[in-house]
Amino acid sequence: MLEVFIFATLNGLVTGLLLFMLASGLTLIFSMMGVLNFAHASFYMLGAYFAYSISTVLGFWPGLIFAPLIVGVLGAFVERYGLRRVHQSGHVAELVFTFGLAFLIEEAVQFFWGPDTKNYQSPEILDFPLFTLFGQEFPAYRGFMIGISVMIFIGLYTLLTRSRVGIIIQAAITHPNTVANLGHNVPFIFMGVFGVGTALAAIAGVIAGPVLTTFPGMALVLGSIVFVIVVIGGLGSLAGAFIASLLIGLLQSYAIASDVGMPDLLNLLGLEFDRSHPLTDLWTLTLPQIAPILPFLLLVLVLIFRPTGLLGKREQ
Amino acid sequence: MLEVSDLHAYYGKSHILQGVSFNVQEGEIVSLLGRNGVGRSTTIKTIMGEVAPKGSVQFKGTQIAGKKSFEIAKLGLGYVPENRDIFPTLTVRQNLQLGMKSNKQSGRWNIEEVFSMFPNLAERAEVDGGVLSGGEQQMLCMCRTLMGDPDMIMIDEPTEGLAPRIVEQVARLLQKIADRGVAILLVEQKLNIALKISHRLYVMGHGQVVYEGTTDSLMQADDVRAEWLEV
Repeated sequence: MLEVFIFATLNGLVTGLLLFMLASGLTLIFSMMGVLNFAHASFYMLGAYFAYSISTVLGFWPGLIFAPLIVGVLGAFVERYGLRRVHQSGHVAELVFTFGLAFLIEEAVQFFWGPDTKNYQSPEILDFPLFTLFGQEFPAYRGFMIGISVMIFIGLYTLLTRSRVGIIIQAAITHPNTVANLGHNVPFIFMGVFGVGTALAAIAGVIAGPVLTTFPGMALVLGSIVFVIVVIGGLGSLAGAFIASLLIGLLQSYAIASDVGMPDLLNLLGLEFDRSHPLTDLWTLTLPQIAPILPFLLLVLVLIFRPTGLLGKREQ
Repeated sequence: MLEVSDLHAYYGKSHILQGVSFNVQEGEIVSLLGRNGVGRSTTIKTIMGEVAPKGSVQFKGTQIAGKKSFEIAKLGLGYVPENRDIFPTLTVRQNLQLGMKSNKQSGRWNIEEVFSMFPNLAERAEVDGGVLSGGEQQMLCMCRTLMGDPDMIMIDEPTEGLAPRIVEQVARLLQKIADRGVAILLVEQKLNIALKISHRLYVMGHGQVVYEGTTDSLMQADDVRAEWLEV
């Protein structure tokens, strides 16, 4: 039992931190633009694909460095020449723009890399068990994923709260005019934040690609969960996104690892059910089976009972 | 230093500024007076690029009408808005850092000096800006603009809602700023502080400048005060 719990916790941590790498950028960009960037997860996918291509020539490590850089520049470019122009037409236009961009990127990925799953491998140097507990191995690559995520967040947090640039970004999000009057180029700052946000998503793609498989649907799979996280955490709240990411990561991981279902619940309640009943599928449902829909269930509950999200302040 | 001529501005279809002209010379304290709604705040917002300008605004010999706010600020024109806009979640020190245009401290002012001038702010350096009193926020807001080392600052109603004792402090700070060679354009509704420290005054009415003079001449011009200033 304990071993299941420990490994589920570790795996939940890996997923949660990965999700936060996407959610942090998304929520920062939301605070600036006032709309959700539907194409955010597409930059995550691009990160994985660029890294895959680079890894086939130069190996995994150059991919980890160059893919996020390429995607970050691409993101900044999208903000400067796409979103900034569309912004003048209002939020709906922006929303539709990011929506279209997501489809465009998915099609482009299929066009250049094909519809099949890529054989993107984790580096050989990390191909060993980090430790063995109760006869079960924990891969070093997963440890590496945790390590790199934690490092990035400490860096991001320090940058945002300790440095002058971070102070300017925080202030520009809520009071762009005042910050501009103090002599700071706010549009340039926003472009930079957008670039860094997309680069973070790309890093997530680079390190998740070998584990969660690199295929053209990967943006959709993770993207919807990231939106759930941002809403549960509270739109625009970084701390909220962090809590929600870990919550969802752990929740899913525990659900998958658990060995309980409706039969156990019914037994507990002392109820019997008939095998031949038309609703027998419902009576035999297990928790691992419903794990993928748990984030969405949580989303619905949060929206009903706490519409601003866990730490959200905005009344929208 | 600042030469505004025939400045027009619109909010939608309403013609707010209808040909405003005035100037501020180097090291001068100039007040822009007038009742609510005559376009005083709009004048400085237009100079700062927040409202689209029509006409000419020369700052240190450069045409700034049509430039972006941050470019104008970088040229050395500071603006202290009426609503103060202290960032509530940033500390006093961080609010000051926000005013700096680069990481290096240079120019006429630095944080230590501001703290020595205002022990209140020094004591609360690591406190969030949101918990300061109105007077402290006003001081902080002015000091924040000074951190960017402007050659001239425009201040919108700095004494609004402040106790008389604090108004005195604001007046002293403005004089200190002017002593360092920083020109000041003070926008006020009330006469007291303006009459005390200004070298010259302009009175606005209906989107135009209707009177120009010194403190002495305005004190004698009872008709101007009655028509354009007194409530």
